[in-house]
Amino acid sequence: MKFGVVRFPGSCDEVDALMACRRFADADLLWHGDSDLAGIDAVVVPGGFSYGDYLRVGAIARFSPLMESVIEFARDGGPVLGICNGFQVLCEASLLPGALLPNDSLRFVCRQVEVAVENPDTPFTRACDQGDLLSIPVKHTTGRYYAPPGTLPEEQVVLRYAPGHNPNGSMNDVAGVCNEAGNVMGLMPHPEHAVDPLTGSADGGRLFESLAMVPVA
Amino acid sequence: MTLAAAPHRELGLTDAEYDGICERLGRDPNALELAVFSLMWSEHCAYKHSKKLLRMLPTEGPHVVMGPGENAGVVDVGDDLAVAFKVESHNHPSAVEPFEGAATGVGGILRDIFAVGARPIAVLDSLRFGELDSARSRYLFDGAVKGIGHYGNSIGVPTVGGEVYFEPAYEQNCLVNAMCVGIARRERLIRSAAAGVGNRLVLLGARTGRDGIGGASVLASAELSEDEASKRPTVQIGDPFEESKLVECCLELLDRELLASLQDLGAAGLSSSSSEMASKGEVGLDIDVSRVPLREADMEPFEIMISESQERMLCVVEPERLDQVLALCDRWEVRATTIGEVTDTRHLRVFDGEELVGDMPVDALVDDVPLYDLEPEAPAGQIYPAPPARVAERCSAEDALLALLASPNIASKRFVFEQYDPIVGSRTIRRPQSADAAVLVLEADGGSGALAISIDGNGRRVACDPYTGAAEAVLECARNLACVGAEPLGLTNCLNFGNPEKPHIAWQLTRAVEGLRDACLALGVPVVGGNVSLYNEGGDGPIYPSPIVGMVGKLPDPEAVPRTGFAQEGHAIALVGMFAPALEGSELEKLRGRLGDALPPVDLPAHADALVRVRAAVRGVELPTAHDISEGGLACALAECCIEGDLGARVSLDGDEAALFGEGPGGVIVAGPRAAVDSIEGAIVIGEVGGDALEIEGALSVPVSELRTVYEDAIPAAFAG
Repeated sequence: MKFGVVRFPGSCDEVDALMACRRFADADLLWHGDSDLAGIDAVVVPGGFSYGDYLRVGAIARFSPLMESVIEFARDGGPVLGICNGFQVLCEASLLPGALLPNDSLRFVCRQVEVAVENPDTPFTRACDQGDLLSIPVKHTTGRYYAPPGTLPEEQVVLRYAPGHNPNGSMNDVAGVCNEAGNVMGLMPHPEHAVDPLTGSADGGRLFESLAMVPVA
Repeated sequence: MTLAAAPHRELGLTDAEYDGICERLGRDPNALELAVFSLMWSEHCAYKHSKKLLRMLPTEGPHVVMGPGENAGVVDVGDDLAVAFKVESHNHPSAVEPFEGAATGVGGILRDIFAVGARPIAVLDSLRFGELDSARSRYLFDGAVKGIGHYGNSIGVPTVGGEVYFEPAYEQNCLVNAMCVGIARRERLIRSAAAGVGNRLVLLGARTGRDGIGGASVLASAELSEDEASKRPTVQIGDPFEESKLVECCLELLDRELLASLQDLGAAGLSSSSSEMASKGEVGLDIDVSRVPLREADMEPFEIMISESQERMLCVVEPERLDQVLALCDRWEVRATTIGEVTDTRHLRVFDGEELVGDMPVDALVDDVPLYDLEPEAPAGQIYPAPPARVAERCSAEDALLALLASPNIASKRFVFEQYDPIVGSRTIRRPQSADAAVLVLEADGGSGALAISIDGNGRRVACDPYTGAAEAVLECARNLACVGAEPLGLTNCLNFGNPEKPHIAWQLTRAVEGLRDACLALGVPVVGGNVSLYNEGGDGPIYPSPIVGMVGKLPDPEAVPRTGFAQEGHAIALVGMFAPALEGSELEKLRGRLGDALPPVDLPAHADALVRVRAAVRGVELPTAHDISEGGLACALAECCIEGDLGARVSLDGDEAALFGEGPGGVIVAGPRAAVDSIEGAIVIGEVGGDALEIEGALSVPVSELRTVYEDAIPAAFAG
């Protein structure tokens, strides 16, 4: 298993994500201007402010040459994980349902939150059990998840903020969702910042551990 | 601004200074030269009222790699790694436009750090505003916090700590000081001296616009007037996305050894960066302003030379490496333009195409600048009005404790730090409010142990006694480091004061620098860099004298770093350090509407020894909890340990008011297993962790939940409704 971590201009957490992936498998950075995915088996679209988040969060990154290849990779069933800004990019690319709106506080918020695993039957959560509580930090200004009624089936809700932990006003406490096929996931919490008890928690490592278990074609 | 309407006085130069410029040039300056001189000779660039004083500070030590004079100070942290750090003010821009003023303050200090070749890994900020019941203070506070978050969060550098105080003396003139810490392999460090006649001068980053023109002289070196709105165009606008590309691009250029020197563009823009590079390299520079990429087509040459547009760097490149430099910049989508070259003239010559439009000796711009002696005179008594009384003279200890915890100077700063990203980079093992200093591990950088960083300075205590108050700021920083087991390696400071031409301000400044010096000497900590911000006065008078101290230290074992909160029922609580609490200058005195004009004297060598023992205790025995006693005294420190640990405590001590709420340097609360605490030499056991209330025998008993509510709600409540 080899992870590829996308690097856009303005990405912030790509090195954190790279280091998190390397705890469980091989991993390399992928340059936004290249369109070759270089033989990787799973893609992580990391957090940050790609292209300055100008225009609208994730809106410009979605059109980078690399993202065109990632979209094709996802449509072919390859696992793709979008974290924070990466989640926003995947929504902009229509790989995931819904959209991320400004937090109801209208402020940036960084906080350690608990999220419950709602669906353990995805390539991203297979190392977890239903109902497991994971302690993972969030940090974002635009993280309030919204999907129009009837567009997000319950089985596509992978993670929910635990009661009292919703930091942004997300609809139905949704913290992470997957696509219908289950091979693309986005979440606002930062699992790459929860891979070592020394820095606060190791619970986020379960997502990378799950992905590392995906059989390589 | 048109120069025809702005002779030298409007540019902030005295008649004597103008004559000095004519003498050095051998003729009258033209308009461009006058504009450049007015900035280079401003207080902000030339330190003309503080330079002589700053020579007092000790700058040498075994860990120092680069001292004052470079873009940032640098200390060795072992394992072939070096840490660069500096604190800088952006006070006047923030008082005019808090969001952009604070944001560009962060942007500017980041550039100082990567200008020496270090990757920025942490930002801290030190903020001062008027009281939160003032709408203006809330506006400035809210805007500055959002601005700092906007820039730091977007660029992926964690904001790991800081401090904020609210005092009436900052109502008109708030303070926004930002500190950045960076890390580099020692061999990658680079200096700013231009070198190699014939080498190319390459401007990197954003286009040059009209923002910030005159910022250095108009904003930073004169008192604020009523007419702040008209100064808004002189505040720069930040673009963290541009800077994020610039950081990565510059660090890769250095990794590939493609640059001969590097300098950031800060105050006075191209004028100061180029002349300082030339001065340090003892060379000249020719600059063709017609080659500078512009945001607006019709800019005058003088505007291009003094623009303070953000996100720009200047580097010197050998001609044979130019193509590689341009190609790498292209990959990072960073604009790179050759705008001139290094000469042997020792002059800064400015061309507009073929036409020579300015010709100034570098010496006259940078080194041969008039310096002024201060004329200090101690005032007869306290020069600041007493703050409004908010707490009754006679009140119960419980009421005093709750009033103190609700005072915004002591109350939880969660409202602030939740708006910052403290974790990006994966080095942060102690987030804000969880320990007395920010702690960052160096493992991923190839280092061992961890860095500890703190920034401190209580202006009200300095207003009571400039010498002792300033020395206490150094001691508090060192104490915060000791609480996490770190040994100080170096110190940076920002001296925020009023108008130094006034004798009592000159006295404050002089006494404070003497206090800093003596504390640094006692602790053996060198000053490796800093910044001076003078003329911080509004219509109501000067700010409190506010020397801000930032300190970086190192600790050996990241796994054994104590936290602020109590950890476990049954742990013994003890007092260590040298603590002589007194009510003079305390927060309780402030709440009672009093401001004294003295502090108890401090025995600096004894405090230095005591801090070494605190550090040894933290490193030597199992101590999950260590917290220094500062504002609000022992009772507030205990309350904070209870709130952060969500545990109560039963304490007995001789509970007069000074013992409970008195302040003064030196005191540290520790808690841990009884045997561990008993083994600390000189520790005084005062109680035990347990229950769900803070009980101080014979004085007070308050449930932890009530302490928390008061402590957490105070600042958000100021913004409610």
